[in-house]
Amino acid sequence: MVLGCFALLSCPSALASSPTNIFDPAATPARSIFSLSMLVLSVTLAIFLIVGGLLVYALIRFRQRPSDTEHEPAQIYGSNQIELSWTVIPILIVVMLFLSTTRVIWETEAANKPVGALDVIAIGHQFWWEYRYPKLGIVTANELHIPTSDPRDPTPTYLEMSSADVAHSFWIPRLAGKTDLIPNRTNTMWIDPPEAGLYLGQCVQYCGTQHAKMLLRVYADSPAEFAAWTRKQQQIPDDNIVGNPLAQEGKATFLRTACMSCHTVAGTSATGRFGPDLTHLASRETIASGPIENTPGNLRRWIEDPESMKPGSLMPAMHLNDRDLDAITAYLTTLH
Amino acid sequence: MATSTTALEAIDVTGPTSQPPGPGIVYQWLTTVDHKKIGLMYIVYALLFLVIAGVQAMLMRIQLAVPNNHFVSPQTFNRLFTMHGTTMIFFVAVPVLFGFGNYLIPLMIGARDMAFPRLNAFSFWLSAFGGVLLYLSYFAGSGLYGAGSAPDVGWFAYAPLTSKVFSPGHSTDYWTLAVLLSGIGTTGTAVNIVATALCMRCKGMTLNRMPLLVWLYTVASCMVFVVVSPLSAAQIMLCLDRYLGSHFFDTQAGGSAVLWMHFFWIFGHPEVYILILPTFAFINEIVPVFSRKAIFGYPAMVAASVGIGFVSLSVWAHHMFTVGMGPAGNTFFVFATMVVSVPTGIKMFNWLATIWGGKVIYRVPMLFSVGFLFQFLIAGLTGIMLSSAPFDWQLSASYFVVAHFHYVIVGGIMFSLFAAFYYWYPKMTGRMMDETLGKWHFWLFVIGFHLTFDFMHIPGLLGMPRRVYTYEAGRGWEVWNFIVGIGAIVQGIATLIFVYNLIHSYFRGKEAGPDPWDAWTLEWATTSPPPDYNFAMEPTATSARPLWDLKHPDDQDSSYE
Repeated sequence: MVLGCFALLSCPSALASSPTNIFDPAATPARSIFSLSMLVLSVTLAIFLIVGGLLVYALIRFRQRPSDTEHEPAQIYGSNQIELSWTVIPILIVVMLFLSTTRVIWETEAANKPVGALDVIAIGHQFWWEYRYPKLGIVTANELHIPTSDPRDPTPTYLEMSSADVAHSFWIPRLAGKTDLIPNRTNTMWIDPPEAGLYLGQCVQYCGTQHAKMLLRVYADSPAEFAAWTRKQQQIPDDNIVGNPLAQEGKATFLRTACMSCHTVAGTSATGRFGPDLTHLASRETIASGPIENTPGNLRRWIEDPESMKPGSLMPAMHLNDRDLDAITAYLTTLH
Repeated sequence: MATSTTALEAIDVTGPTSQPPGPGIVYQWLTTVDHKKIGLMYIVYALLFLVIAGVQAMLMRIQLAVPNNHFVSPQTFNRLFTMHGTTMIFFVAVPVLFGFGNYLIPLMIGARDMAFPRLNAFSFWLSAFGGVLLYLSYFAGSGLYGAGSAPDVGWFAYAPLTSKVFSPGHSTDYWTLAVLLSGIGTTGTAVNIVATALCMRCKGMTLNRMPLLVWLYTVASCMVFVVVSPLSAAQIMLCLDRYLGSHFFDTQAGGSAVLWMHFFWIFGHPEVYILILPTFAFINEIVPVFSRKAIFGYPAMVAASVGIGFVSLSVWAHHMFTVGMGPAGNTFFVFATMVVSVPTGIKMFNWLATIWGGKVIYRVPMLFSVGFLFQFLIAGLTGIMLSSAPFDWQLSASYFVVAHFHYVIVGGIMFSLFAAFYYWYPKMTGRMMDETLGKWHFWLFVIGFHLTFDFMHIPGLLGMPRRVYTYEAGRGWEVWNFIVGIGAIVQGIATLIFVYNLIHSYFRGKEAGPDPWDAWTLEWATTSPPPDYNFAMEPTATSARPLWDLKHPDDQDSSYE
């Protein structure tokens, strides 16, 4: 059965369907871990086959048989030579594994930061992610956009990570190993996917009730797409509501109710920082940190009663009437 | 076999059998300081909690069997895994192992009781009340704020999730105090075991003739002294943070979340070895008897155990490869962790060599020991994968880790414990456990175990984190979680058979006699169950296997020493 598992693991087609497979690396850190893991897996598999095989042989060969005499088998108390050999051989294996592990640790953790690197500050919150691009003047939430990195002219993304409340952990299996986000502490990691695409993951350090729905989405955009995204995020979506009376009413309601004390919308008096920045909410594909598709219907349901969609989420239901809900939803859907 | 009865008569002089009239049976058990009664109470108490925590595990597996399930709420799920982990470690594994230790150590070294019988009772009752306190949280944990019932911070309760801000109500306090209490009880029993092993051995039993079981319990107990105190200190600091406004772990006021991790894991990792060493000890006793050979390399086994004890004190931060210790720190803990595999490997090879050339008898205790050997081998190898820090950056906190440590704890510790139950039950009750039921138990449990924990590795490799109450479809996790759920149910059924067998055999089991397995250590030299005073006359140890010497006067171990 165990062998079956190993066989399954080595068969890529059985696992290829998962978007979060650690054996399907798409960036340098994940790739160097992948080759190390193949070495470790083959060494451990060999040990398993040898020791397991010897055990099976001994257990069958030396079983008690009906034809056996009453006599006890010969009593052997030990052998210094044999014991020495099965001390020394494991030590050699340990040294080999230790050296190859050390190389990957230093390659990843002590890598030189290239000039073209993009800096992003990632902050964990119960139960969502805040991303700030200090040099670009962008603040966003839950959907991280990064440029793809051409190996010939690398533009990796360096994440400087911390937490606003409890410990979280950032894990996109296809891009890199995980790094914890710990309050009152800064950790760093980097990713450099050469291929554009959406890479998934989620929080992996238990952080409270909704730890399970604190999903991660990393969009690797081609340089041109990333530049376009950056320009859009830097604009203030001011005039989108002109000629849309419902959205105008929604904006007024948004700024009149408690929404504004937790959320920021750039260019307005809403500057709260407890919840996600909503300046470009409509440009995101999901809400509530990943689990819900960003459609007007879902958004309205979410504002009406977050508890029904993500129980334990820290966003309270504001008990708005239908008209206010429609208006605020209309306003938020204009925030491109 | 034929010689054994005559040999036993030489040593087993039955003392007076009539009990003086005394108080009622309940009073006797509540006030007892007898190591055998305390040992049995430890075991029964642990079995009760095993059933409770097992039910919690099943509820979790039902919730996770299909994606987007609504069988339990997220709050309930978080309490379930916190209570399951805390209960299994502190109120099942530790007490059941101490129960066996309490029962067996004095018998194996030819003593009449532990060194400190009253401390023994005190320690037991502290641990017992710790467990009761933990479960009181279900009724009283909500406190004035009405938040929570049972604790929901995870069994390693990372700061600052445990602070007043993030854990209002009293549930976390119940957790802290329950663990603190049980820690004091654990320390008391550890003191007792070390003192008993060092001071209470019978005539002729030098340290190099002491049964390996006693050696390994002694090493584990010495580790308890070193590692339980940081945990207790951390619990007290957490109480101070929560009630007196100190800021050890309060990150909003400059405290350190990583400090808690260090405190917890310098306990938490050696704790695994504190649990696994006694189960190595069971295997060290059972495998030789059912292979009909002396243990291979006794001195190497002792040295390896002491080695594991020392090295395992310096590996704790391999639980923290992802907290940003930096390359130098990570490199050190990779090395320390990998080194542990050397003495552990020595043990595995010595067991193999013990079987080699023997006559293996497949009774139920040996079946479970064989299960242990294979599963512990695999658990050790996945442990090597996790010790390679970069690989661990992918695997840690995923279901791969959950599968790995359940492989150690269920596949290793639990299988070895089942072997110990079948092996020593005749000594404890005077009756054999039913062999047929035992084989049903073994095969069902093996199937259930492998269905659950082999397949649990895979969602971890596919990015599934631990401690999630539900997951989305489409990540490739569904089928594995479903299989895992089925395995959990099979294990549950097997455990029910085991519990039934324990009760059934107590009343209907075959009479065991003093030495049903034709074994070699001193506990088999007295009646089953042993009288209150264990031995009518102090036995004499002529070698590490005193009963072998008696049964084979022409081929004594002592002549090879």
